[in-house]
Amino acid sequence: MRQLLVLGAGTAGTMVVNKLRRKLSRDEWRITVVDMSDRHFYQPGYLFLPFGAYEPEQVVRPAAPLIGPGVDVIRAEVDRVDAARNQVLLLDGRSLPYDDLVIATGVTPRPDQTPGMLDGGQWRKTIFDFYTYEGAAALAKALERFDAGRLVVHITDMPIKCPVAPLEFTFLADDHLRRLGRRDRVELVYATPLPGAFTKPIAAGRLGSMLDERKVTVEPDFLVERIDGTRLISYDEREIPFDLLVTVPLNMGADFVARSGLGDELNLVPVDRFTMLAKGYDNIFALGDANDIPTSKAGSVAHFAVDVLVDNFVAHAAGRPMTGRFDGHANCFVESGAGKALLIDFNYDTEPLPGRYPLPGAGPFRLLGESAVNHWGKLAFRWMYWHLLLPGRPIPLPAHMSMAGKHTPVPGK
Amino acid sequence: MPLTTIAGRRIHVDDEGFLTTYDEWDSDLAAYLAERIGIQLTDEHWKAITFLRQDYAEHGETATLRRVSTAGGVPTKQLFVLFPKKPAKKMAYIAGLPKPHGCV
Repeated sequence: MRQLLVLGAGTAGTMVVNKLRRKLSRDEWRITVVDMSDRHFYQPGYLFLPFGAYEPEQVVRPAAPLIGPGVDVIRAEVDRVDAARNQVLLLDGRSLPYDDLVIATGVTPRPDQTPGMLDGGQWRKTIFDFYTYEGAAALAKALERFDAGRLVVHITDMPIKCPVAPLEFTFLADDHLRRLGRRDRVELVYATPLPGAFTKPIAAGRLGSMLDERKVTVEPDFLVERIDGTRLISYDEREIPFDLLVTVPLNMGADFVARSGLGDELNLVPVDRFTMLAKGYDNIFALGDANDIPTSKAGSVAHFAVDVLVDNFVAHAAGRPMTGRFDGHANCFVESGAGKALLIDFNYDTEPLPGRYPLPGAGPFRLLGESAVNHWGKLAFRWMYWHLLLPGRPIPLPAHMSMAGKHTPVPGK
Repeated sequence: MPLTTIAGRRIHVDDEGFLTTYDEWDSDLAAYLAERIGIQLTDEHWKAITFLRQDYAEHGETATLRRVSTAGGVPTKQLFVLFPKKPAKKMAYIAGLPKPHGCV
């Protein structure tokens, strides 16, 4: 009997065990997944919680029913991976041997990494995050009270989960404040370590002008060193005072990754970007947000990457070479407020471009353009997540990005 | 890739002037590139640039500021003093490496 051990039952871990269970013989392979939590959170829903658009129950479910039959679940915390002995040590003292290991423990916001953020007396008073369930719920209350002043949306450093979410939050906050008749009493500031609204030029231009249209002040190249009370202070001594700060703390991989000697300076596992095989190992994969591939940390990336990894793993298990190559495919709905959204679709080599998706010309989704259909797509996705994505059922979207339906704008037009 | 002439040499660069061929770089060229963006290279600058060159050779990616600080031993605060405003971009430019992709 061979043992596949998966660490983490989040989006990537749940998908990979459910898909592989159907592909690998139960006589030959035991599949075990380790996770501390008995609840599974629909993280894309966090964005809507601060605006009261979702009820908390819509974004959290018991984890157990989401893992298919034939997969063993262990509720425990990982101490470290002992790669030399092919075993994982748990904090409760147990050790779990493996033939193959998949690390899918994601990244976590770490407000403790910026001086003054968690320990400056303002956490959850004037400083909030919305990348945790508790943070998003606390922010909902703060936004309700927030009537006037300077609201700063802030990114500590890249990479972060769902890199478009801070922009979406800004668009939704603008819309929310307008509806409440408070927008003219609130100054909206977007502080980012990036040179503009987004990393990729064409999308950065489009999203940047959407910030301009909404009278949001962008503070580019702002790398925070510390927070002093209610002021953000950058390494080059720029200061941004705030009345309400919505920050995205530094995102880091799990601490056990560092303890195991498998991580980089952010505890991300360096991998081959095409196979997700950890560098220097032939039986350790890192999937989803936990690895260091140069694309978005997002559920869509995990989903497309799982498709490649599952086929590769079946070949790998049979002693054949892994021929599937992940292209870094990501697609994300970007909520823009007033019941509309954009859709972006890109990979390692191709930046987000305007066009239609998934069917060229017909859509129904518009790429890099606002539409109500995109917004409904985003809302419908929650159902797909619980009922199709996590169980590993087929979704009619190809893993690899396609150029069909996309066009490159001519400069100057 | 466009070919340009820098300090009397034929060099491959991208649209923004970042070198695209690792081996076309040397320390004389670095000093010239630095001067172009108003920087006089000191030993402290060289510590960061040498780390970036070595790290790129090992990992195939331009190191982030965080990496230069934690693995390369030059504090982020100091990098902002040495390469004002946009240290990640300026260091990569002088070190003859691709612009850091900033991770989408």
